[in-house]
Amino acid sequence: MAMSSSLLWAVDIFGRVYTLSTVGQHWELCKDTQLEFKRVSAVKQCCWGIACDHQVYTYVFSGDVPIRYQEETYENQRWNPVGGFCEKLLPSDRWQWSDVSGLKHQQLDSFTLPSPHWEWESDWYVDENIGGEPTEKGGWTYAIDFPSTYTKDKKWNSCVRRRRWIRYRRYKSRDIWAKIVSRDDPDQLPDPFNDISIGGWEITDEPLGRLSVWAVSLQGRVWYRENVCHHNPEGSMWSLITTPGEVVQISCGPYDLLWATLWEGQAIVREGIDRNNPQGISWSIVESPSSENGIMHVSVGVDVVWCVTKDRKVWFRRGVNSHNPCGTSWIEMVGDMMMVNVGLNNQVWGIGCDDRAIYFRQGVTPSELSGKTWKAIVCGRESDRSQTGSSTSLLSAGCFFTDDIQNQTNAVIPGDADTSSDTDLPSIPTYLANTPPMGAAASGSGSSAGNQTAEICANLTVDPLDSDQGEANVASTGNKKSHLESLKSTNPNPSAELQWTNIDLKEAQKHPVLSVSTFAETSSLSSLGMFSVGTEEQYGADEHPLWAWVSGGGCLVDLHSPLKWFTVSSGLSSSVQSLSLSITPAQTAAWRKQIFQQLSERTKRELENFRHYEQAVEQSVWVKTGMLQWWRNWKPHKWMDVRVALEQFTGSDGMRDSILFVYYMYHEEKKYIHVFLNEVTIIVDVLNEAKHSFALYTPERTKQRWPIRLAATTEQEMNDWLSLLNMSCCESRRIQGPPSHHAIWSVTCKGDIFVSEPSPELEAGPHLMPCDQMFWRQVGGHLRLIECNNQGIVWGIGYDHTAWVYTGGYGGGFIQGLASSADNIYTQSDVKCVYIYENQRWNPVTGYSSRGLPTDRYMWSDASGLQECTKVNTKPPSPQWTWVSDWYIDFSTSGGTDREGWQYAADFPASYHGHKTMKDFVRRRRWARKCKIVTSGPWLEVPPVTLWDISIIPSSDAVDEESVALWAISDKGDVLCRLGVTQQNPAGTSWLHVGTDQPFISISIGAFYQVWAVARDGSAFYRGSVSPKKPAGDCWYHIPSPQKQKLKQVSVGRTSVFVLDKNGNLWYRQGITPSYPQGSTWDYVSNNIRKMSVGPLDQVWVIADKVQGSHSLSCGTVCHRTGVQPMEPKGLSWDYGIGGGWEHITVRGNATEASRVAMQDTSEENSAVSKDLEENESKGRAEHSKTPLMVSESQDLDRSAVNC
Amino acid sequence: MTDDKDVLRDVWFGRIPTCFTLYQDEITEREAEPYYLLLPRISYLTLVTDKVKKHFQKVMRQEEINEIWFEYEGTPLKWHYPIGLLFDLHASNTALPWNITVHFKNFPEKDLLHCHSKDVIEAHFMACIKEADALKHKSQVINEMQKKDHKQLWMGLQNDKFEQFWAINRKLMEYPPEDNGFRYIPFRIYQATTERPFIQKLFRPIASGGQLHTLGDLLKDVCPSAITPEGGALRFFMHCMDISVCSHRIYHLDKR
Repeated sequence: MAMSSSLLWAVDIFGRVYTLSTVGQHWELCKDTQLEFKRVSAVKQCCWGIACDHQVYTYVFSGDVPIRYQEETYENQRWNPVGGFCEKLLPSDRWQWSDVSGLKHQQLDSFTLPSPHWEWESDWYVDENIGGEPTEKGGWTYAIDFPSTYTKDKKWNSCVRRRRWIRYRRYKSRDIWAKIVSRDDPDQLPDPFNDISIGGWEITDEPLGRLSVWAVSLQGRVWYRENVCHHNPEGSMWSLITTPGEVVQISCGPYDLLWATLWEGQAIVREGIDRNNPQGISWSIVESPSSENGIMHVSVGVDVVWCVTKDRKVWFRRGVNSHNPCGTSWIEMVGDMMMVNVGLNNQVWGIGCDDRAIYFRQGVTPSELSGKTWKAIVCGRESDRSQTGSSTSLLSAGCFFTDDIQNQTNAVIPGDADTSSDTDLPSIPTYLANTPPMGAAASGSGSSAGNQTAEICANLTVDPLDSDQGEANVASTGNKKSHLESLKSTNPNPSAELQWTNIDLKEAQKHPVLSVSTFAETSSLSSLGMFSVGTEEQYGADEHPLWAWVSGGGCLVDLHSPLKWFTVSSGLSSSVQSLSLSITPAQTAAWRKQIFQQLSERTKRELENFRHYEQAVEQSVWVKTGMLQWWRNWKPHKWMDVRVALEQFTGSDGMRDSILFVYYMYHEEKKYIHVFLNEVTIIVDVLNEAKHSFALYTPERTKQRWPIRLAATTEQEMNDWLSLLNMSCCESRRIQGPPSHHAIWSVTCKGDIFVSEPSPELEAGPHLMPCDQMFWRQVGGHLRLIECNNQGIVWGIGYDHTAWVYTGGYGGGFIQGLASSADNIYTQSDVKCVYIYENQRWNPVTGYSSRGLPTDRYMWSDASGLQECTKVNTKPPSPQWTWVSDWYIDFSTSGGTDREGWQYAADFPASYHGHKTMKDFVRRRRWARKCKIVTSGPWLEVPPVTLWDISIIPSSDAVDEESVALWAISDKGDVLCRLGVTQQNPAGTSWLHVGTDQPFISISIGAFYQVWAVARDGSAFYRGSVSPKKPAGDCWYHIPSPQKQKLKQVSVGRTSVFVLDKNGNLWYRQGITPSYPQGSTWDYVSNNIRKMSVGPLDQVWVIADKVQGSHSLSCGTVCHRTGVQPMEPKGLSWDYGIGGGWEHITVRGNATEASRVAMQDTSEENSAVSKDLEENESKGRAEHSKTPLMVSESQDLDRSAVNC
Repeated sequence: MTDDKDVLRDVWFGRIPTCFTLYQDEITEREAEPYYLLLPRISYLTLVTDKVKKHFQKVMRQEEINEIWFEYEGTPLKWHYPIGLLFDLHASNTALPWNITVHFKNFPEKDLLHCHSKDVIEAHFMACIKEADALKHKSQVINEMQKKDHKQLWMGLQNDKFEQFWAINRKLMEYPPEDNGFRYIPFRIYQATTERPFIQKLFRPIASGGQLHTLGDLLKDVCPSAITPEGGALRFFMHCMDISVCSHRIYHLDKR
């Protein structure tokens, strides 16, 4: 499946570098085989190594997003009465070309590429954008004098002006070993290198890329590579780090652990490594575990240290952690190893002393860091496979088939790996993503085109392999025709050649000698051919590779990942198997459909003419009862024990319905409330550390913002009730199976996903359906954001920015068994942070201390300061979450922080800033801790790029095979365009990078390929000329924002474009016409908006910040704009739906229009309605103006199920 | 793996239209009208024919009434086989409704088991469930259940309550994700032609190489003769469907 895989790196005794995937079964030779290597050290995104020439090389994986760096310089001019603005500056002025501060002289031609591994993306061009607003042509910004505040308008007193020139360079040496060339003074260059270790990426919270690279030279000196980060993968220079002795070998963990071994046999440990000082401060010495045999090799993880002594014994260091990097004592482990390597998750690999095999330490868990046993990795190398292939091919003619495929497979594997992490494609963006001045640039992308075709070939070969398997099965059922057709539908261009080989295979099976070929298809007829597999195993095992070095720093193995490393795979069968697994959903869907059809036919045949017959078993009432707790509806509100009964009965029409009764005592009087489940609009589970509770809403209760809240004593009990109630609700509304293509999706602030089937009356018709009547059902999984279109293509983004694609299933999570589809449900995980604040007050004696005033907030608190939150008592959000990190200081808090993470203010609560001033008497800093949820749902990961936003084009009458435009923003702010997205393959194939001058935060593609986006500086952009033929369009047009507002979100419907600013105001773009798609002005629509979604009918839905209900207030409420008409695109007022606690909604699947006839009929009624709506609106406005007052910091006001 | 609801529902709500007629030699006081009923495929004859019994008893003298039994075209119908199985086994090619003859005399002792009360059916049903769980989970799941869960399973079947039944049965159909499947797949293959009651064997859902077995693999393993070209005339039925042997996984249609 599209599970994300990672790689184990190793070097054999001949210096060849191999990788082994966590989902693979074969060592694959590194693509770049020019050099032999001695050592490698890998992390997820790259690998560093020392080649046999003792030089350092880095191998950066290609990815869909290019590594690019923006160079900038400023051109400065001064006005003089004679020539106006000119290059002549005053002697006291800055340089004519300078950096932003004016202190550094930098001319355009002073910029050179840092190394041969870079290329320019385009020539220099002028930036016509200042703080989110477009400047006049030419890009000049004006000021009274240097240095000053610059504006885009020239005023009478503008004496100086400047403009910014920018140019991008791009790192090109990806997927090859790039030599680290030093531009330093040759005399100070390090001597030849001997060992290297990389890590330290978790020291800062910087996104993927910052690395600590440590190297040891032949003379035993330690070097640190400065400034290695995402946009500088080579780093800038080597710094010498003094050591107490001659160092032989070094190991750097993902966090702050760094150990090295000395020639004399001791280990040295670096102390003082932190965010501000990644090189650390000093060394401590740790003695060898045995006096006779010194330490030969050491390897560290997050908080573990392993070492090998000169007698090849393996040792584990006890008591190592951030505060005590030296640990306490050594324990001897079983086994003799040449070396050991600690990788991600503290997993350990070793190279055996006698057999030179790589061993994996099994059973390493957080509670048992030393693991249980060594287990040899016995996978063969790819070269072994082709070898065996050709040897068997001598046996018989039939084997040519096997051999044939095998060779192809060999060719495929690298190509296939490409598709997941590839990146040659991104050089295509150089062509397509040109902003105008880049036009001339794209030289040398011919090779990338070559690569692309290679990839396409690879894809083509993969499909027939899969289909081959299906085909073989077909042969045995005689059901060939239908299957062939289904084949065609999954693979539009089956290669004629391969179909022929299939036929060949079938004949071959009749041949007595040809058992070999049968193992080609694993699942159906394999038993016959098994013995030959055995011979092959034998063959492979004899030639087992001898290893010299292994690195697991980029290899993620956790408890749940099944590894296939420990069995010798049977040549081709394994590769076919892994391939076939990757297509199972489609095939499964096919035979499931077949079964379902047959069942339906059976029902029809056996029942159709006999429906008038009496049922053998009469339907009667069925009751489930139990004890739950209920949040009582009188004051003081609290949980009370109640008896609950669900009665289910079948009406005479065969329709099932259920009633839920809650029996309680009120002043010693027995009472009950009841709910008809067909009136329930949503059941939300509200897991928190204290209670397993859930809430039931009906339209009435949605208006009140006061659901029925019930709690169970155990999670299991709650899930049983939830399952049953959900099922009964769906049953009574006759809803089953997966959501339709038109479904409206939403996400709560807890990450729960809900989906609703829109009725045609939702958007138009004589009687608009109020949106509090919408029925929402839950879908498993955990997401931050979800986007869909009207072809059933749905993507989501998790809190950890992982991209997920919807598989077409339903259920998952707690919804197990019946209400869940069998296939298409996969494990899903997400990671988010929990934050607490450390607060301090200044006093004249001790300075800042944790002793506050009696009136102060807790010294450890939540953001509001009202709740005490200490490191110890703060728990993960619910039992479903587990901690996956320790508490760490968060430096990315808005407002900025000082070096220790503090933010200062005059008093609590106030606005905080990142530096101390005279007036500041309090300070706080934010601590974060990561927690992880593992759940399940109809989602598959789309690795490897992590995303911030997505938008999918709603298409009106698209042909099925046509690819669907999908745009996204990466979490670094890159704009991306997904290629190859179709209904059959909603995940698409690869990303196309679209160049921008700054990071973006929001994107939306509406009908007719109108693409709008919002940049991080709050400005809006329109992308010109996007079409199916030109999926990335040609250039960005800067659209000025509404006055003084920074935008944060854009949504484009059929013709409407709406934006949302950071103050919660909603704006409509006026004056958009086909010939002038950028429009003319922004019209104000509403305030109080958190998120919005404009659909293919131009319908407008939002998440409102605060909505007043009759019983309580809710934050994060789904609202629907009513009165939206072609002539009135802004609509009239809001209709309030489910909430609070809602975070995101997408209505972009809903293109169901009510019939027009009905609309005309009721024009009169409409006016009445709209009058009504106006009244509502004025009421709504009044409430809005009240709301800020209502929302004091007391959280108790919000009685809605899901609290933000 | 739990199956998906659509299929489960269709399996559960499978009905066979049946026409019950009293055996011609039974002595009646007045003419016995045939009785028409939709029988649930997954239930048992003696569990769902109270109405039939009452209907015919009305026209018979009390002393003529002994234990009821059913017969189709001369074959006594075993009540301990599910109804759907009986139909597919004996009557799949006949026109509907299915004509069943009702007897109150001459109980065929050597062909049928006695069924004096519903407790007997319940005991038989629970024995099947337990046997299946022994194969699936070494009986762990069924043994961990409480008595009331067992009762709910049975009541679900008896009262034709899909949700009630599946609320419990889903636990029997689950397995830890790391196992990839049950220990063994519980199945029985009934053949229309042979004397042997059924074929049953230990069969793992996953081959030693790790790939999932298909139904085709099972059939090949269990009755290899059946899927050779010469055996082409054989047809397999599972809930009255021709089985496609290419199913990529064994699909547990049968609830037991």
